[in-house]
Amino acid sequence: MKKMKKEAMWAYVFILVPLCTFIVFTLYPVISAAVISFQKYRPLGSEWVGLDNYINTFKNGLFYKALKNTLVYSIITVPVSMLLSFMISIMILPFRKKLQSVFKAAFYLPAIASGVALSFVWKWIYDPLPSGLLNNVVKVFGLSNQNWLGSQKTAMLSLIIMAVFAGLGQNIIIYTAALLGIDSTYYEAADIDGATFFQKVRYVVWPIVKPTTVFLTITGVINGFQSFQNAYLMTGGGPDNATTMAGLLIFNRAFTYFEYGEACAQALILAAIIAVFAVLQFKLSSGDVEY
Amino acid sequence: MGLYKKYNGKLKYKGTIRNFLLAAVLLTIALVTLFPIYYMVISSFGAPTEAGGASYSLIPKQFTLNSYKFFFSFSAHSFRWILNSLLVASVVTISNVIFATLAGYAFAKLRFPGCKVFFFVLLVAMMVPYQVTQVPLYILVVNVLKIQDTYMALVAPTLVTCYNVFLAKQFFTSLPTSIMESAKIEGCSQPMIVWKIVVPLSKTILSVMAIMTFLGEWNTFFWPFLVCNSEAMQTVQVGLKNFSFANTTYFAPMMAGATVSALPMFILFFSLQKYFLEGVTVGAVKG
Repeated sequence: MKKMKKEAMWAYVFILVPLCTFIVFTLYPVISAAVISFQKYRPLGSEWVGLDNYINTFKNGLFYKALKNTLVYSIITVPVSMLLSFMISIMILPFRKKLQSVFKAAFYLPAIASGVALSFVWKWIYDPLPSGLLNNVVKVFGLSNQNWLGSQKTAMLSLIIMAVFAGLGQNIIIYTAALLGIDSTYYEAADIDGATFFQKVRYVVWPIVKPTTVFLTITGVINGFQSFQNAYLMTGGGPDNATTMAGLLIFNRAFTYFEYGEACAQALILAAIIAVFAVLQFKLSSGDVEY
Repeated sequence: MGLYKKYNGKLKYKGTIRNFLLAAVLLTIALVTLFPIYYMVISSFGAPTEAGGASYSLIPKQFTLNSYKFFFSFSAHSFRWILNSLLVASVVTISNVIFATLAGYAFAKLRFPGCKVFFFVLLVAMMVPYQVTQVPLYILVVNVLKIQDTYMALVAPTLVTCYNVFLAKQFFTSLPTSIMESAKIEGCSQPMIVWKIVVPLSKTILSVMAIMTFLGEWNTFFWPFLVCNSEAMQTVQVGLKNFSFANTTYFAPMMAGATVSALPMFILFFSLQKYFLEGVTVGAVKG
């Protein structure tokens, strides 16, 4: 019994620092976000306003636009990125380990470079002048000059393309790890049944890596819903809020207009949406996923 | 037999052609993904003029280090930005590894009242979007604690992240409890068990944790951007933004700074590639 107590004592010592950090920098902020969302925050004496912040948010047309933008962004970026990385991971397979690593490194390198730096490079690629890089590329295909980030038609698409390329490496590495873990007996069985290459991909590989796909979808959507940096640095949400996503909306509410209360209300609504989505995803997929 | 057909004997050429085609496709995609990095590096060797006058050449027409000089002389603190990043990322990494290891061990192998509750809270905390905590955290740091523009403000919120504790716990659970039991019978104290048994057995996962934490912290833009107003306290990522103004951008010097800031990461990556690539899969792939 004395031993048990000693063990428990050490356990508390070990979790002390993480627990304090957690209480001060996560738990307290979460609770205080809930409180601030009912207030008109002032550094000296906030005013209690009840549900006003929530009502204002739901009355605000921009809020729905931002949600729609976030949804469009995630719904396109995540599947496209996953499909591409799944195909690339399959194409990597027949090569020797060394060569596989070289390719993986090449695809992963953008994830290591600073996001700020890359967003400025991409801004340069998307330059609206005829001398802009992408404009030079599309000219080859006979397309006219585009104002990629400045036009409502293409701004969101431009951010999506960038996000797909930046996120590819990570997905590829996770997929290849899953693919390499597939037991060769599955392929042997498929071969005996006379399956073609594409049938093997469809009926052997795809079902086996499904848990990985689910994982990538959930984390991808959660990240997509929280995305902020690229839109902030590249378009600032424009043109005409075509690229204002939830993350940017909340940031602007708080740090441009100093409406802390409303920003907190919006953030909590976002969190609720993410939570619902994550649970839904998990429920929908848990039927055929074994953990 | 694998997913791909094996060609033997006379048909071997078919396999070679197939692999050649696949390699060509992969190479093309790799060129596209690597292009922004290539562009960043070559434009950093251009002349430090303002954006309007710059040209968009893919092959460097000139090779000057003037933009690098410009970057370091642009602000009195250019050099300090890099030191700040280095300091912040190092401190955060070290404290994460130490405290996540201790807490992870406690959650994985020690029994104590409240163990399950604490761990559950940790899991929930991991899923809270950062947008929820950003405003209160900002208010806490700036208005309540008044530690704006200090290293404390930069470091404290990420001293130990729930994610790292979770990672450590997951890994330590797979270590055989019997070793720790026998060490305990031999009279080994708990801190000694962690130091002499758990740490040596978990070097890989701890390295992965260190590397990913360092990388994440090095590239963080948002938090330092919020809490650091003075140029002297900015990290290099925030500092880069100073080269962009409402109407113009000092592109070449900015890219010089970007290259300088990416260099340590690239060197780390090429020397520790295995850990980087492994790090991504931790928690994602079973088995």
